[in-house]
Amino acid sequence: MGYGNLVVSSSPHIRSEETVQRIMLDVIIALLPATAASVYFFGMRALAITLVSVAAAVAAEAAIQKIRNKPVTVNDGSAVITGLLLALTLSPAMPLWMVAVGAVAAIGIGKQVYGGLGSNPFNPALVGRAFLVVTFPVHMTTWINPIDGVTSATPLGLLKMEGTATGYTELFIGNVGGSLGETSALLLILGGLYLLYRGIIDWRIPVFYIGTVGVMTAVLGQDPVFHLLAGGLMLGAFFMATDMVTTPVTRTGKIVFGIGAGILVVLIRLYGGYPEGVLFSILLMNTFTPIIDKYTRPKIYGEVKR
Amino acid sequence: MQMKLLTFKGGVHPPHNKHKTEGLALKRANAPDMVIIPLQQHIGAPCEATVKAGDEVKLGQKIGEPKGFVGAPVHSSVSGKVKAIEKRPHPGGGMVLSVVIESDGLDTVDGNVKPQGNIDDLTADRIKNIMREAGLVGMGGAAFPTQVKFSPPPDKKIDTVILNGAECEPYLTSDHRLMLERPNDVVNGLKAMMKSVNVGRGYIAIENNKPDAIKSVAEAAEDEQNIQVIALKTKYPQGAEKQLIKACTGREVPSGGLPMDSGVIVNNVGTAAALGCTIGTGMPLVERIVTITGSGIKHPQNLVVRIGTPFSDVIEQCGGLEDNIGKIIQGGPMMGIAQYTVEVPVIKGTSGILILKEQDLGLSPELPCIKCAKCVDACPIGLMPTKLEGFAQRGMMQEAEEYNAVDCIECGSCSFVCPAKRPLVERIRLIKADIIAEKRKAKQA
Repeated sequence: MGYGNLVVSSSPHIRSEETVQRIMLDVIIALLPATAASVYFFGMRALAITLVSVAAAVAAEAAIQKIRNKPVTVNDGSAVITGLLLALTLSPAMPLWMVAVGAVAAIGIGKQVYGGLGSNPFNPALVGRAFLVVTFPVHMTTWINPIDGVTSATPLGLLKMEGTATGYTELFIGNVGGSLGETSALLLILGGLYLLYRGIIDWRIPVFYIGTVGVMTAVLGQDPVFHLLAGGLMLGAFFMATDMVTTPVTRTGKIVFGIGAGILVVLIRLYGGYPEGVLFSILLMNTFTPIIDKYTRPKIYGEVKR
Repeated sequence: MQMKLLTFKGGVHPPHNKHKTEGLALKRANAPDMVIIPLQQHIGAPCEATVKAGDEVKLGQKIGEPKGFVGAPVHSSVSGKVKAIEKRPHPGGGMVLSVVIESDGLDTVDGNVKPQGNIDDLTADRIKNIMREAGLVGMGGAAFPTQVKFSPPPDKKIDTVILNGAECEPYLTSDHRLMLERPNDVVNGLKAMMKSVNVGRGYIAIENNKPDAIKSVAEAAEDEQNIQVIALKTKYPQGAEKQLIKACTGREVPSGGLPMDSGVIVNNVGTAAALGCTIGTGMPLVERIVTITGSGIKHPQNLVVRIGTPFSDVIEQCGGLEDNIGKIIQGGPMMGIAQYTVEVPVIKGTSGILILKEQDLGLSPELPCIKCAKCVDACPIGLMPTKLEGFAQRGMMQEAEEYNAVDCIECGSCSFVCPAKRPLVERIRLIKADIIAEKRKAKQA
């Protein structure tokens, strides 16, 4: 009987099997159907954009951590997600070098500059996209139609500029003009359901985000179904507004976040200069995350009024 | 019998791991050759030894008397000779003055040990006196002196006594076997407890992963109009005092208060059984049920062990250790205390000896918090462990206090669920202790 090397640390002495890597892997799995659909609709260009975006994001993360003499943590999978998410928000007509610039910006000024995973206030993929929107505005708003490959506007753009609506079925399946991943509502919802089933995301943000957009557009006399299915709402609601690091940790806070982002989307889409508002609705709500958490603390057991 | 499952908000579901011992009947451990009886086995003032080295002692003889009101006497669990009174390693940590007794193997019973009569004939004060003289303490692990619990200040109106048979700690089955094999002791103990504070309502609350124990206790309590058996949802920390009170009565103990502030006294089923037993035989608390289990022990068992038996002795009786031992823990895996030596004795609060192999410890480096909020959802108190941990790391005491760090019950649910493997409760515990110390200092100044 050897009592040689007993570990003496404080309780608890067992841990759940859940890991950060597993969470990240689940998010990647959930994004795969929509990514595959983008390749199906837009062809090898979509695949190239995705690969360049992921590779650039991972390389940027590793390089910055090397330069800063920090442990290289690209195997946690978070940079892969950033690359994947960024690609899904881009036009299939985007030049590949611009994609790489966007991915480096996402990791560099969206994440590593704050200290890396867990410390960034904004969703890195959206920071990357915002960077590209202001840097290459023309390329970021040139869309192609998946059926004939001809330059065309997105459904939201069509509605805003020309007043023409796109059919629900096309929107739901995804063979419409738009970014790689924001086109197929069906596959994005599928991925979102997988994350809900795996307990990775909380239902509150997507439900209140999407619900607010639906109710508000209906109240304002718009077609709510069109607004739910068009644009990046599903991608944003299931994969970006649920980003753990940049959204509230309290349950009430998640509801507040969802409603706030929903209101912003509708305001931007209907009254703003851009046809789509998902990007800025989430980035803006990210800024409120700390304060939302502060004022939505759960009621504690046996709370005594002071 | 109420079959609607009651529970609380939050909590976690660690694997039960009770299968190794839940089906094993209680067995009496071999009497040890030597016992180490610490003079402090309870919360409160330590005892003063009433014997000295060289004295002959008998089984059940009082060998230590507490110096304050909050305390419980200790008794010899063998007959024999006092070898020494010296500092020995204690399973609660540190070195504690202990009476070391060499057994003569005869188990000659002390003359003061005699049956206390029928519960119906005992007065409330008499029952409290029996609690005290038998050295009863909470046997779930916290070891708070029982008689003190049953002596609330006159302005606190107690209307309910709850027996805690949740046994929500994974691995442990000592309470399970007790309820299955000695349900009458449990029920008798509860009756006496209720009588000692003149209360007409008693609950015995058991998690529903022990249907046989629920049935056994319900049968034993069949004729008791005032006693109700409650089936609880199996969830950790269902057996935490505050969570149990919420589940059984719907009441919440006010923040900073005690169970008696909500009219309730909670005791472990083991404590009640010990009281029932001591009323019947007069024998004070000199033995208890201990589950010896885990991946690192050859033959897991539920043993009735004399207080003072060294862990090494008990481990040997269970076939010894496997290879690659990581931890030896007193108590369960969620709140137990890791030991650095097996020369510590079984004490009144030792509900289990859990031996885990290294691979079961889940030791992995901590990663940055990704704010997944699993700890926030798991906290049974409604705290924000991720926030508190941040405050603790930065020494931000004021902020931690503002976020109710002192209300943490240290159940460890947050650390258990954390995917980044951060030592959340470990850090919160430290800042909580700092806040309490600071408050005490401010009070004295």
